[in-house]
Amino acid sequence: MSFDKERFKSPYSFLFGNMNLRTKTLLIISLVGFVLLAIAINSFFINVDNITTNFAIKNSQPSLQHPFGTDWMGRDMFSRTIKGLGLSIVIGGLASILSAIIAVFLGLSSTLGRYFDHAVNSMTDLFLSIPHILLIILVSISLGGGISGIVVGISLTHWIPLTRVLRAEIKQINTSTYVKLSKNFGRTKLWIAKNHLLPLLIPQIVVGTILVFPHAIMHEASVTFLGFGLSPHEPAIGIILAESMKYLSNGSWWLAFFPGLSLLIIVLLFDLIGDNLQKLLDPTQANE
Amino acid sequence: MSEDKINNRENVTKSPKTLLNVSNISISFFQYSKGLKKIVLHVVKELYLDVGEGEIVAVLGSSGSGKSLLAHAILGILPGNSLLEGEMKYNGKILDQKLKEELRGDEIALIPQSVDFLDPLMKIGDQIIGDVTDDKKEGKKREMTKIFKNYNLREDIADLYPFQLSGGMTRRVLFSTSMIINPKLVVADEPTPGLDEKPIEETLNYLKTMANEGRGIILITHDIQTAVKVADKVVIFYSGYVIEVNRTENFSGNGNKLLHPYTRALYKALPQNGFKLFEGSQPMNMDKEDKCIYYDRCRQSIEKCSHSNPDLVEIDGMKVRCYVVEKSYEI
Amino acid sequence: MFMAELKANNISFKYNGTNEWILKDLSISLKDSQVKGLIGESGGGKSTLCKILAGYEDYFEGEVKIDDLNTNSSKINPVQLIFQHPEKTMNPKWKMKRSLDESWEVSDDILEKFGIKENWLNRWSNELSGGELQKFSIIRALNPKTKFLIADEITTMLDAVTQVQIWKLLLSIAKKRKIGILVVSHDKELVHEVCDEIAHLNDINHV
Repeated sequence: MSFDKERFKSPYSFLFGNMNLRTKTLLIISLVGFVLLAIAINSFFINVDNITTNFAIKNSQPSLQHPFGTDWMGRDMFSRTIKGLGLSIVIGGLASILSAIIAVFLGLSSTLGRYFDHAVNSMTDLFLSIPHILLIILVSISLGGGISGIVVGISLTHWIPLTRVLRAEIKQINTSTYVKLSKNFGRTKLWIAKNHLLPLLIPQIVVGTILVFPHAIMHEASVTFLGFGLSPHEPAIGIILAESMKYLSNGSWWLAFFPGLSLLIIVLLFDLIGDNLQKLLDPTQANE
Repeated sequence: MSEDKINNRENVTKSPKTLLNVSNISISFFQYSKGLKKIVLHVVKELYLDVGEGEIVAVLGSSGSGKSLLAHAILGILPGNSLLEGEMKYNGKILDQKLKEELRGDEIALIPQSVDFLDPLMKIGDQIIGDVTDDKKEGKKREMTKIFKNYNLREDIADLYPFQLSGGMTRRVLFSTSMIINPKLVVADEPTPGLDEKPIEETLNYLKTMANEGRGIILITHDIQTAVKVADKVVIFYSGYVIEVNRTENFSGNGNKLLHPYTRALYKALPQNGFKLFEGSQPMNMDKEDKCIYYDRCRQSIEKCSHSNPDLVEIDGMKVRCYVVEKSYEI
Repeated sequence: MFMAELKANNISFKYNGTNEWILKDLSISLKDSQVKGLIGESGGGKSTLCKILAGYEDYFEGEVKIDDLNTNSSKINPVQLIFQHPEKTMNPKWKMKRSLDESWEVSDDILEKFGIKENWLNRWSNELSGGELQKFSIIRALNPKTKFLIADEITTMLDAVTQVQIWKLLLSIAKKRKIGILVVSHDKELVHEVCDEIAHLNDINHV
């Protein structure tokens, strides 16, 4: 019975050959990471003023010269989209890191005592009961809008899932025999947090942070689209999409289609990184 | 030893109809060592095992010797990063993954070692009856009542959740879950860990009753006393290899009828048999077998032992993996 | 020279929210250098008592104290508990060396006595067998500050050969360091073999 050797072959073996899963996962992560980084860096070098207005070619269809077409002022939509995506990635990055910091802080403080735990718990419940979009808009406007407003707004609404995961995980580790034993060997709470808890939590924190990215980007775009986010002169995808609404009825489909599609792809790419990282760090899947 | 001699002996010690026949099974695991390198761990090697109807075969080995994997291999529930090689036959038919899945929960049952196998959120009765269509449910329920009676369980236990049971009840419930399907082959994985005399006695009696009903039983345990109390024959594991298969009655007196030096060491290490000290530890997951697996601890080794690992050979209906024993029987 | 004694007086315990006493007015004592066996039926509260003695359980009635020990300011509990399942007592992300270091700097001769090979120190806990892991957890509990060991079914899951190795070593080290051991086991033969004195839980537990 030459048993189940087939099981070890992945359905994508034509793509990756005989690579094992860990190599494949790492390859996917680095490829996707490279694409995202390239977009972010490129967008940094695109100067908005250089996206020249040229009314001679306004509203032209996608062509080789202008793969995403041009808008009503004759600006190249490809450059505008890349610039917008870059901004989205930066905002997403800032927001995810900020929300992860909040989550780690709250997660760890929930172990300080029963009252802290209660406080964290009621706070998560409170924030869960308010619709995301509403809260982002409120925070963003009250902070005067702009990038800082939107980043703070998103961070304040996206720490909840990671906080819950960390709180549960910390609880479980704290009841483990090896932590109790550590106390019996005279180790302090801080020592245990640093040596036992944190190393076991890092995978969760990393994956949790990455998985906030796509949410942050989507929320930024939608709030901006609604006009409560970034100001109209910022080169954001939300702004581009909002503008395109006026021209869609003229048949200028490319104004919405390509930026929207690009945004979707970026979101999916971040999801892909998150899932693959999880695969890599999750011990139950680690050896497959 | 010549071929037909072996055959003759087999005829003499002919056991009842063979239910399960495991020959030359190896189980290995894939694991990432450092970074991207994958290594293969050979955990169980060249395993042979026969179980007949109404027979209790004890598989004896210490933790980490691979004995629990045997149970998982028979039931087809090895984890995804493992590889099973060799041949298993059930009632003469080749037992592949598909047949295992068909027979699991039908003709082959597992008695797991812990409560963790019960769903904590499901009532005991529903777990025992399992997922059946409504027309079969009544029959199963009647069957369950009968089994509960056999195991001294009150009928209303069916409405309880696992956490409401005492340790003893849980064990009997685990037995009930396997008996409801009326299996022909039962694999009991460490059913008596850390129990007192009375519950061990009780558990072993259940196993005996099952065997008397004609079922084949594989009893996996690390406890030599448990094994000897009920089994017809005992299979001894060492570092993933079967090193000896012996009849239960030979585990008596001063242990002179035991063949392999490790088996004797095990026997003599029991508190009632002298509590004798033997140094060394069992090597785990060895890759190279360029000497006998017991060579480093053996006190009677001969030159041959230092450069090749002996095969499992049959002697008087027993089996052993040792050159020294082989030699003494040839004379 | 002092005599140290671990004393548990009138211990009572029940689980939170239940009315059933697991332990009631139980008293037991253990002198240094003494090896005392404790036998009793499973579910009778043996493991709970072990946890109370070693300070793993905060909510109980009665008192646990150590007499006459020249009380140094050490934070390490002089009563160490050794568990039945050593794999649960090791951080899965730590190598064995680090797990040992958490307790004390183990000398080479102890490692050698227990037959711990050099390369085992660099392994993860899931790469060792139950017997090997239990040897590690015993060495870890043998901190120089340890005065009493509570051995809760420590060789129940191990084969007979490893059981003898562990007990013979543990007894000789305990004798040298004047450590008292409470041997909790279901195996009467074993308890008779290794203990000076035997207590039966049913006799001292007034449930």
